Parts: sequence; structure tokens; C-alpha cells
Amino acid sequence: MSTPASLSLDHRCTPWLFAAALATTAPHALHQPVWLTLLAGAIFTYAGWLWARNERLPGRWLLIVLVVLTCAGVMLEFRTLLGRDAGVAMLVLFMALKLLELRSQRDAMVLITLGYFLLLTHYFYSQSIPTGLWLILTMTLVTAALIRLNGGPASKPVATLRYAGLLTMQALPFMLVFYVLFPRISGPLWGLPQDAHKASSGLSEQMSPGSIADLALSSAIAFRVRFDGDIPPRDKLYWRGPVMESFDGRTWRPADSANQPPVIEALSKPITYESTIEANQQRWLLALDAPSPALKEFAIKSTLTVTTPQIINQRARFALSSVTDYRYNVDETEPVLRRNLLLPANLNPRSRELAESWRQASDNPMLTVNKALALFSGEAFTYTLQAPLLGENGIDDFLFQTRRGFCEHYAAAFVVLMRAAGVPARVVGGYQGGERNPVDGFLIIRQSDAHAWAEVWLAGQGWVRVDPTAVVSPSRLEGGIASALADGEPLPALLTVRSEWVRGLRYRWEAINNAWNQQVLGYNPERQRELFSRLGVANPDWKYLTSLLAAVIGVLTLAVAAWTFYHRPRSDPAQRLWRQALKRIARRQVSAAPWETPLALQRRVEIEHPELATAFTTVVEAYLAIRYSATPGDLRQLREAIAKLP
Amino acid sequence: MHLLASLKQRLFRWKSDGTTPFQLTQRRIFIVPTGAGLIFAVTLVAMYTGAINYTLALGHALVFLLIGLGLIGMNHTFRNLFALWITPGRATPVFAGEIAYFPLTLRNDRKITRLGLELQVEGHPAVQTHVGAEDIRAVAIPLLTSRRGRISLPRVRLSTIYPLGLLHAWSYLQPDMSCVVYPKPITSPLPAEQSTALAGERYGEGGQEDFAGFRDRQPADSLRHVAWKANARDAGQRPLLVKQFSGGAEQELQLDWALTPEAADSETRLAILTGWVLAAEATGAGYGLRLPGHEIPLGRGDQQRARCLETLALFQP
Repeated sequence: MSTPASLSLDHRCTPWLFAAALATTAPHALHQPVWLTLLAGAIFTYAGWLWARNERLPGRWLLIVLVVLTCAGVMLEFRTLLGRDAGVAMLVLFMALKLLELRSQRDAMVLITLGYFLLLTHYFYSQSIPTGLWLILTMTLVTAALIRLNGGPASKPVATLRYAGLLTMQALPFMLVFYVLFPRISGPLWGLPQDAHKASSGLSEQMSPGSIADLALSSAIAFRVRFDGDIPPRDKLYWRGPVMESFDGRTWRPADSANQPPVIEALSKPITYESTIEANQQRWLLALDAPSPALKEFAIKSTLTVTTPQIINQRARFALSSVTDYRYNVDETEPVLRRNLLLPANLNPRSRELAESWRQASDNPMLTVNKALALFSGEAFTYTLQAPLLGENGIDDFLFQTRRGFCEHYAAAFVVLMRAAGVPARVVGGYQGGERNPVDGFLIIRQSDAHAWAEVWLAGQGWVRVDPTAVVSPSRLEGGIASALADGEPLPALLTVRSEWVRGLRYRWEAINNAWNQQVLGYNPERQRELFSRLGVANPDWKYLTSLLAAVIGVLTLAVAAWTFYHRPRSDPAQRLWRQALKRIARRQVSAAPWETPLALQRRVEIEHPELATAFTTVVEAYLAIRYSATPGDLRQLREAIAKLP
Repeated sequence: MHLLASLKQRLFRWKSDGTTPFQLTQRRIFIVPTGAGLIFAVTLVAMYTGAINYTLALGHALVFLLIGLGLIGMNHTFRNLFALWITPGRATPVFAGEIAYFPLTLRNDRKITRLGLELQVEGHPAVQTHVGAEDIRAVAIPLLTSRRGRISLPRVRLSTIYPLGLLHAWSYLQPDMSCVVYPKPITSPLPAEQSTALAGERYGEGGQEDFAGFRDRQPADSLRHVAWKANARDAGQRPLLVKQFSGGAEQELQLDWALTPEAADSETRLAILTGWVLAAEATGAGYGLRLPGHEIPLGRGDQQRARCLETLALFQP
């Protein structure tokens, strides 16, 4: 066997390795602690300086000290060496340190293998289309470094890059076939470290003044929905999240309760749809209010929130069904009703006084609800993201002084008024509305669509949704948040863009991303099964998939091999003309033997066929002139001479 | 073990008819993963496990792309040797202890550059080379010599790990090439001139003593008699000139086995004779060689020298 390990590295190969190391580590600077990036950068610079000056590489001891120091640094920063972020930091630092140890071809091979491995770590942070493209480019660069390493000093840079590009191109069909056919296993295989999935902002399980207004500033997508039929009207699009029943004067929280199955009575046909939820580190599925009683696959809490056993820590798809007209828990249990009348004692006296006066005026809860709504619509309440800070009696402050607030202020104030007036009420968090992407027909629900509304329990009707925001700002429901807020509110630019052209562009980009998420990133064991059942193979097992994979890969390998080995011998024009001449004289019964040189043949022709001799001699002379003369003769002469052959 | 060795020999042995060019075909090329290739495979398994565990869709894609790279790497490593033409050359004789070079011509009639080729005889230094697209490259395979005689080129391994270093393709070449190894000369004074029947009888032309002028060089003239200084003046405008001598008898030497010290062993005696041949040739005098069972008549020039040295190299006492 050859032993590349012992071979030393040629000096001009090193820049390729530097490029590979830089390309595979640099994007991590986006999310790593600054000191790590600076340290790695310093090591890169030092290694580059050593290379440029052709200096000796540092000794083993210095490297050991550096490794220990960087490990200690990572340990201090992340409190572990094993988690995802700590692991990535270690790999980046090892990559940088390896540059100080590039002595042999084996060192270079270690660096390149590490480079390929580092490519994988970028997907922890992003799997978007640009990341995918960037990584194909980076992979090609690492491969180019590998080719340069094995090609030795005779390699030419451009040819090396082109060769790497060719190899990537040829590898792509294999990737596609493997991606579709390789039997998929759903992860995780073992418990993941705590930081396995990045934290993401989204609706939380608690609600306090300002918590939803904060979300309104984010145009990030919360989830996407594809309806099997038409999209229901906008004012029916309430996506139900956590239901918050306990109130401490400032924050609303869900109550702990025995989980009794809810009693839902459907008053309309169920709507089926598929929801793709971005990672939100929560369990609720944000089903359209209310989940259909037919929905059996998921647990439905007594508060109608649909949940899944696993925390959604990565983008996931769920098939759901809902009814938009329903009656729910008409016979609600006494403890639940009592719980939804509780208010913190001694807080918000003015609100309680007002509600008490409503209760005395009428014992019809519906009238009380209407009075509260009339209060919001009549008085000068403003729907705004910039709500002033509220004091200890927050609801009083809001109702009687500031009168500026976002949906959580209205929902909270309304529920407090209802409870004080003796109507069981609670706050529901979730999303409202959504935006249809005309390109792919998906309904997009963004974080800015986060919403809070109220629910009151009325005898004979069960829990009924009341949305005070709809009264304060009807356009919130009709046109979304951007149209509900006055100009000058600090909304993200993306939401307020009025230009049709920019909007169209954004729709297209989001549709492409959605297709990427759905078709490419979302290709999982279930999707694989679906695909095969659509192709007429029900439940393909791994044996079937593996043999199919082997067959397709075999054919593909042959096809690529045929392309790789295809060779059309370049026929020499002079040779071609000479053969033509031989064919001409063959008609005159002169057959040239394969070993006969032109001159020998000419001599034979002179003796055996003197009538041909003159013409043929011209041909031979022209041919030999092309072949051997110091000033190469041109083909035209030969062609003319052949034409003169009888 | 013996069985295995004979199987290996049969599997990999291929004898060309010696001197004709031959082309590497798929039947002669073998391919296995290198150590680096195995490490690459292990890395891919680790990466795939990570991709499953963290449900990284693009991680799957990356691993599959790298698998694809490894698969097509096989084609490309193979192609780096495939259809390469190899023409054996003629090895120039050397003295024992020197390195014999066996020239081979590699001809690449494809439009690919074949980089990272390595030629090696087991136990001898390797030769790194490359052949450009539609190009020809001459390489010489070094072989250390220790003893006089005829050495034939052992099996040569032509191998490559280009382009990816993950796979190792090789082919065994067994061109029928040999090289004559002359005995290592021992310098010692030439024996006394022997009186032969011809000695002293021929005078006149073609002598060695007095310079008599120039004449055009004939192909048979030794390069040692070329008048380099005179030729340098004409700077290659005219055919080479040789110095002509006249007068004096040709000194004719008979280098005889019997003249070497009888006490010495036969190799030493041959070495002494070799030294004499070189010394005699250097004087320009005619000389002959007499070994038990061999007699080379008087003569001089490169052909005579080669003939004598070869006889000494192949002599079986």
C-alpha cells in the first residue's frame, strides 16, 4: 500500500486547506460567543503568518497547552463540553488549531474530514435554502482541497476547482436517490442534550400586559395551514392556544385541573386541514376553534386546547379537524365555574364597583356582556402597541385612566369585569386571522397574529367566545394587525409594506420556503410511506426500499461510469485522408497491407501499377509532408492530390 | 500460506510479451478503500447518526451527497489508470552498486489529466509522476543493484489514490525488461602490452602516436577521438571532425583472466578485468578479452567496451 501519511505536505497545498477550514467554520461566527470567534480568528491569522513566512510550526507542547486552554474556555462559557453549542465550539477551535499542525498529508486528511463533519453542524442553526446552497459550495471547496492534496504540485487551481465541481455535480443524483429511497428512521435515537433545539419566541403559557404586544413586533411565521376546502372567513379564524383561568392581579395563568374530556356539540360541518407548526417549545397544536369532536388522534384538554405528548421542538405537521360553530360544555362543572369567578381580593376596586352596578341592574349575563362591550366601543379606547405602564391596580388604571392597550389589555379587563359581575369568564390565548399566500394557497399565521380574547359561560349556551378587541378595533379582525394600528406604530417593515410588488415577491419567497419545508425538510418516514403508497406500493418495508435503492444506485453508477469513461478517439484528419486514399487505390486492385509504410507502398505501386504511379506519388509526398516535414504541409494539398487519383 | 501466495501470484500475475506497448484495462486494475477512505466511511456513519438524532433533513442530504461523492470517486480513481498505454523501454547497463533505471513511457490519449500516479517495485523507492491530457511522459523505475549479472524488472505496481484519496487503485505491470549489471570495477595498473602476431608489423595509417590532421567523423569513430576544440570553432556548421594519427604501432592489449591474481576470488578477478577494460578504452588502444571459455578479439570503441563488459557481467566461472 502507498503511505501518503509519511509524505510531507507541499507548501502550496496549504492555502487550499486554509480556505476549506475558513469556509466550514466562518458561518458559526453568527451565533458563537465573540471571544471564540476572535480566538479562532487569531489562530487562523497566526497560522497564515507562519505559512507566508515559511516558519516552523509550533511544537507539540504549545499545541497541548492551547488545546487545554481552549477546552477550559469552552467549559467556562458553556458549563459543559458535550452539549450542542459546546461541541460545535470545540470543533471550530480544533479546526483552527489543526492549521498549526499541518505537517503531513495525514494531517491534511484529518483537517478535510473535520471540515466535512463541520458542514453538518451548520444545520443545527439553519436549514434554509440559502444555507443549503452555501453548504453545497463549501462542500465543493473542501473536495477541491482534497483533490489538490492528492493531485500534488502538478495540479492547477482552476482545473482542481472544476474537477471538484464536476464531482459534486455527479454526486447530486446519488444524493437525490438516497434522499428519497433510503429507509428513514425517525429520531431521536437517544435523549438529546438540553440545548439540542434553539429557543424560539412564541406565544407563552402566561399572559401579562405587553406580552402579546411584544410578539406583534415579530413577522416570524408561527404556523402554516393548508385547508382541504375553502379557507373559512377571517372572523372565524381563532387559533386556540392556552386557556388562562387564574389571575394574580397582573399575570394570567392556566389553572391546574382534573382533565375531564370536554363536551363539544358540532353545529357545522367539520373542516379538515393540515397545520405545519414551527418549533415553539410548547405542547399545544393551535387548532382552529373549536376542535371537532371527531378529532381522536390528539388529547383535547377540558379547556378545548389540543395538545401533543411531545414538546414541539422542531417544525412538525399535524392533520386536524375543527368546527367553527359549536356548543361547548353546556353542563360545566361547579368547581370550574367557581374558579372562573375568582378575583384577587382588594385589587381594582373601581372596576369591581362598576361591574357590581351592572349586576344589580340586571341578572341577565348577556346584558352584562353587552354593557362591557359598549364600554369599550363607546369610550375613547385606543388599540395600540405602545400601552403605558400600569400600576398595582392595573385593570382600574387601564379602564379609567390610560385607555390605551393591546388585545391582552382588553381581554384581561373584560374578564375581570365579567367575573366581578358574576359571569364566569376566562382569557384564551392564541392567534387570530392569518394571511393567504396566493402562490401556494397556504394560510400563513405569523407571531404578529398572536391574540388574546375572552370566553364567558352562559347557562344553556356553554362557553361563548367574546372578543373585546373586535369592538375596539373592528379592522383588527378584518385586515390584520397592520390595518388595525395607526401609522407610526413600531411594526416590522414587512407587515406594513403596501407595495403590491414587494408583497408579491414576499409571497413568492415564502411559498418557496414553504415548499422547501414541506417537501424537502419535512420528508420523514411518514412522507416516505405516503409517497410509496401514492406510487402503488403500500407499506414498503426496509427490505423493499433497500433493494430498490440498490437497483437504482446500480443503474445510476453505470450511467455515471459511462459518462466518465466515454471516450471518442480523436481521429487524425491526415490519417482519415490517407485511409480515403487507400480506399481509392483499392478500387484499382491495390490492397495495402497493414504493415506497409507509405513509401514501401509507393514503390510497390510504381512496379505493379505504373499507370497509378504519378498520381499516387503526389499523394504520398503530400501525406509525408504533413507527417514529417519541418514545415508541416497542409491538408488541402493532400486532399487535392487524392482527388486527382483515378 | 504458500497456497495463498501462489493464488496471489496467479491472480495478479500478468506477463506482457515484453516489449510491445500495452493498455491498462479493467481486468488489470484493482481498487480498494484506503485507510483514509475507511475513516471517511466511519465519519459518515457518525454524521448520519447525528442527522437522525437531531432530525436534520439537510444533514441527511449532506451525508447522502458525501456517499455519492465516495461512489463516483471510485469511478474517477479507476479512470485515473484506465486505458493508460505503457511502453517498455530499454534499460542502460550500469555497474553493480549503481541504480538501474528501467524506462517506461506512459501515454495518455484521453482528455483527462492523470495526476498522482505512483510507480514502485516492492522494496525500492517509489516514483511519483503524472501525465497530462493527450500527452506522453517517460518515467524510469529505479532499482538498486548489488551484484553483477542480468537483473530483470520485477513486478511494478502502478497505483493512484487521485482524486479523493479515499480509494486506492492499482495495477501490476510485468514488462519483460532486464538490465545488464557490469561488475563493479577495481582500478589497477594495466597489464603489460602483449606481443601478438600483428604487433609491430603494421605501420602507417591509423596509428595512435603522431597527430596527422583531421577527417570527417564516421559513425564508427569513437567519441573520444572527436576533435571537440576544432569543432567548437565551427559551432556545428560542419560534420564533426576526428583527429587522425599516424605512425607507431597500435598498442594491443590482451586482457586475460590468467593475468589477474590467482589468489583472488573470481568476482574480484572479474572486477579487476572490468577496471582494465575501462582503462584500456580510455587510452584509446585496441584490446581484447580472454576469459575461460570466452575470447573477444582485439578491438576498441564503445561497442567493444560494451561487449567486453557484458561478457564480464554474465560470465559464469
